[in-house]
Parts: sequence; structure tokens; C-alpha cells
Amino acid sequence: MTKKAVARRKQNVPPKELLQDLFTTAYKIRNFESEGIKLYRQGLIRGYFHPYLGEEGIATGACAALEDRDYIASTHRGHGHCIARGASIDGMVAELLQKRTGYCKGYGGSMHIADITQNNLGANGIVGAGTPLGVGAALANQVRGSDAVTITFTTDGATNNGTFLEALNLAAIWDLNFILIIENNQYAVSTTIEESTREPDLYKRGLAIGVDSVQIDGNDSLLVYQTVSDAVEKCRAGKGPVLIEAKTFRHSGHHVNDPGKYMPEERLAYYKARDPVDRARENLITMGGMSAEEVRKIEEAIEKEFADAVEAAKNAGEITVEEFREFVSEY
Amino acid sequence: MSDREIMYRDALREALHEEMTRNPEVFVIGEGIAERGGSYKVTEGLLAEFGAKRVRDTPISEASMIGVGVGAAIAGARPVVEILYIDFAMLGMDQIVNQAAKFRLMTGGEGRVPFVLRTQGGTGGGVAAQHSQSLEALFYHIPGLRVVMPSTPYDAKGLLKYALRQPDPVMFLEHKHLYMTKGHVPDGEIIVEFGKADIKREGTDVTLIAWSNMIPRTLEAAEALAAEGISAEVLDPRTLVPLDREAVLKSVAKTNRCVIVQEAVRRGGVGSDIASIIQEEAFYDLDAPVTVLGGMNTPIPFNLALEQASVPQKENIVEVVKRVLHADLVA
Repeated sequence: MTKKAVARRKQNVPPKELLQDLFTTAYKIRNFESEGIKLYRQGLIRGYFHPYLGEEGIATGACAALEDRDYIASTHRGHGHCIARGASIDGMVAELLQKRTGYCKGYGGSMHIADITQNNLGANGIVGAGTPLGVGAALANQVRGSDAVTITFTTDGATNNGTFLEALNLAAIWDLNFILIIENNQYAVSTTIEESTREPDLYKRGLAIGVDSVQIDGNDSLLVYQTVSDAVEKCRAGKGPVLIEAKTFRHSGHHVNDPGKYMPEERLAYYKARDPVDRARENLITMGGMSAEEVRKIEEAIEKEFADAVEAAKNAGEITVEEFREFVSEY
Repeated sequence: MSDREIMYRDALREALHEEMTRNPEVFVIGEGIAERGGSYKVTEGLLAEFGAKRVRDTPISEASMIGVGVGAAIAGARPVVEILYIDFAMLGMDQIVNQAAKFRLMTGGEGRVPFVLRTQGGTGGGVAAQHSQSLEALFYHIPGLRVVMPSTPYDAKGLLKYALRQPDPVMFLEHKHLYMTKGHVPDGEIIVEFGKADIKREGTDVTLIAWSNMIPRTLEAAEALAAEGISAEVLDPRTLVPLDREAVLKSVAKTNRCVIVQEAVRRGGVGSDIASIIQEEAFYDLDAPVTVLGGMNTPIPFNLALEQASVPQKENIVEVVKRVLHADLVA
């Protein structure tokens, strides 16, 4: 554990700095997704856009527990993980607008944003594929003698894919510094978790193969931070891997063009009453002692950063067909 | 000792040994490859030399073994994943096709996947339909992969060493029938770059293009043809992707006739693609139609006579070459 983290732990009340970090990240994601959907509706974004709205607490809390040398692998619903890992809003917006200044120069789009320089193996269009990739990064780090930890964010939908068990098992037999976080939003597109498995408590699958496993409220970014911090500590002590099931709920359908009519209103209301961004804001005000005005200033700065990124992206150029041909000429 | 002769499997082991010595990020995983040294003894002795961190057995989890290799490669290591039979690589096709092959493009060139998958295919030994396939065309079809098929110990060593130094995902396809074959491999450093065909026998009347285990068989056929006064050139592309088009076109320009011999099923094979390249780019050099002699469009049967009938034999090659030369009419 870093000195900073130790200092945080010694206090019963989480430090204001941490609470501010958590709120800032959560709001950044909330704003990115809400404003991104508007851009999509305006026809500025093509293809798919899977909003992380309602699930912000998980990426926010988990990435706050990591150091620069650690790794993450993400999902098709990956904007939140990238932002929480520290990706630039400029690069992300430009990517969604298919510009050459985007993270992938417009070659990847929403589902493939990655940033190798931040040890982010990227979002992934194949549900479940990030689990073996993350275990691979953890293996590489073990081979090279690094204590870096890798988190793979996965989904409840991916837990019925064979690589979920295979890859977690490999991490277990090799004692890898690997944390698998199941973002259990309770739907695989429109199929409920109850339809998909007889045992909807997904963390129990880790217990079955000897992996330390817990279930937590994923809408509580502070709890996620604390749980992942513990898991990171365990991994660095050579006692990995760890499985964390973080329960959450989407605020809307699977992607922007799915109205999510199949999601029961009362369940949605239950989770909206436990909104992760509202809770992070509440924590910052009540526990962190920040005034509502100061909080609003943080929000305004985030909103401006996004608006500026949109303007910059609109003015940026695109990769030419000639450049593309050259890029893949050896394929 | 420049006249040193060693077996194909020993050449592969030397390549691994040398590259593991040279680069601490090279490591090997696979089923039964550590203590047991692998089913074909390619990794024998590596565990004792390099230790359990860099030479490890896996459970039977092909999809995730491949995915772990891809993830480790994205994280900058140099994994070699041994898959016992190419047939079993089918369990990991998502990780090969959707992850490894696409990562560089999806990340706009920022991400690379220096991943080597070693496996073996082909008929021989009566191991029947699920252990005998020649599936290079599946990988050849996917942009972003390198497809390597060494036919000699020299090429096996030189190409594997090169594979472990270049930046892209490599399907390193060995042949179960070649492991025990011997060939000239001088002491010291050998590197065989990708995309450089090798003329295994010079000739003037017809170009025979073949790879992997069809090379020794085609060389036998060329010898038999020579006895009948036909001079066949035998060209081994060594890597199908990248393909040395220049060498192919140059040889065809010299001989004006071409027969492509492939063990894989005739339909949808690499041979058909090479034939189409020749007819498009060298039509006016040709004195006869380019002919593809491929395997039958069938799963490989167990019965020995039927197995042999499924793939080109020396006699078939001789017969087809004579037909192309109209030598049968002259005789």
C-alpha cells in the first residue's frame, strides 16, 4: 500500500481528498455519458454507444484504489473505466467523433478505446473477452517480477461464458495479482440474471474454485474503493486473485437505441434512489464538509472540459483513406 | 560444425532456448510442456533451465490460454502459447480473430500484440478427424495475423526466432510429421525473416509451390519427375502471411507453369488464393492453367488408405505435374 493509502486508512472518516476524487470521477463519467448521448442524438456519433449511467460507482471506486503501474481491462460499456483510469476527455470525445486526434485515431470507436500508456488494455466488443486478457497482463507482470495488479471489469452477462471460469481459474492456480470485478447490472442486454442462472449470487462462483470472493453494493463508490483497496493489498502480498461482485443497475437500456422497456419501473426507482453520483456528492458534502456551491464549481469545470473537448474534436481532422491503406499495407 | 544436422523439434527448442536467454520477457505456457517437455518434446529441458515462472503447464483451457497469451503480449511480454493440436485452437478463435488480430488497428496502431501461438496440424499416424486438420486458411483469411509454416529444421529455428522479435500475432503452424525429420542447421544465430520464400529445388519446366509437410513430399515428386526429364522448381513460401509474391511471380515467369500443392482441403484454401494472384499478375507468363492440388473436401478418416487418399501423395503430384506439362500425351 502506498503512503497515501495508508494515511487514508488510518482515519475512520475518509479524507476529503478521497471523497473529492470519487465525486469528481463519478461526475465526469455521468457528464460524459449524458452529454455523449446528446451528441449521438445529433448524429455526431456513429455506431454503438453503451452508456455507463447508473454504474459509475464501480469504475470510480475501483480505479481510485490503483497505482500507475497497475493495469485494467474493460468491457463494451467501457467509457467509465477509461475515465476513471485517467483517460483524457479530449482523446475520448475525439474518438467518438471518429477524429484523428482520438485515442484510436478513429479506427476503434466507443467499444475499443484503449490507452496502453495508462496500462489500460481497452474496452472490448466481445462480452467476456477481457477476462483472459486481464489474466494475461497479470501473468506478464508476475513473469517480470512486478507487483502490479490487474483489474478486469466484466459483466454478469459474461459470467456464463466459458472463459470466465477458465481465466479466473488460471489466475487462481498461478496466484496472480488479478482482481475480477463483475459489474452485475442484472441484465445481459434484455435477459435477466435470474433467467441466465439458477444462482444469481455470482460471487459464489469464485468460492467454488478457491478464490476469495465478495458481493458488494456497486453504487457506493466509497465501499467499492475500500473493497478494491483490500483486494489490491491482498494481491500485492501474493494472496490473489480476488473476485468482487458489485451489484448495480443501468439507468437505461443496453445501448442508446434500446429504451429498456423490459426493466421494471420499481427496480429502476430503487436503484435511482441509490444513485452512485448522488451518493458520492452527498458524501463529499456531509463527510467531506464541502459546500454545495463548491461542489457545483467542480461540476461546472467538468462540464466545461467536456464542452471544450467537443469543440476541439469538431475542428479536428480525420485519418485519410491513403493513410489507412498505408497503415494496413502489410496485412 | 557448419554441417550439423538436427531434428525439427530440436531446432524449435534451440530457438526457444536462445530467445528465452536473450529476452527475459519470453515465456512459454501449454499443456504438459513443463516437466514432461511437451507431447513432441519441443520444450524439454526448458523448465530446468528457466524455471517455473517462465515455463508452465496449464489446465485444459484453450480459449483462455490463448487469451492469456494475447493479454500478456498487449502488456508488453513475449508469450509463446503451445496448443497441442491446431484442432484445439478452434476453442480460442475469439481471442485469435477478434482480439489478437484486431488490436493494432482498433487502437490506431498504439497497441501491439507480439504473441506467438505454436501448434501443429496435418495428417499422419491415424489420429483421425479431430487431430489431423490443416487449418492455415482460417488464419490466412484474417487480416492482422502472421501465418508461418516451416518445412525444415533450419526454417523452423530461424522463423521462430524472428517471430519472437517482431511485433505482431503469429500463428506458428508446425506439422506433426516433421518433428522427427532432420536437416541442416548451422551453429549460431539464424534468423529467417517473414515474407521471404525459399527455393528448395531449382528447376525450369514448372514451379511447384508447397509448404509444411508438402515440401518433403513435393521434393520427392520433383526427384521422380527429374528421372523422367522434367525439371521442377520447388518454392516454399515459408510464411503464407506475409506472402512473398515477388518470388512466386519470378519463379512462374521463369518456368511458365505452376502447380500448388496443399495438404489442406482444396475448397477455400490458400492455394486457390495464390493461384488467383498468379493468374491476375502473371497471366501472360503462363503456358498452362495454374493447378491446385489440394486435399479432398472431407474430414480426415481414420483408415490408413482413406487417410492417404484424403491428402496429396507423391504419385498425385507427379501425375498432376505431367498433366500440366502434357507430358502424359508426349509419352
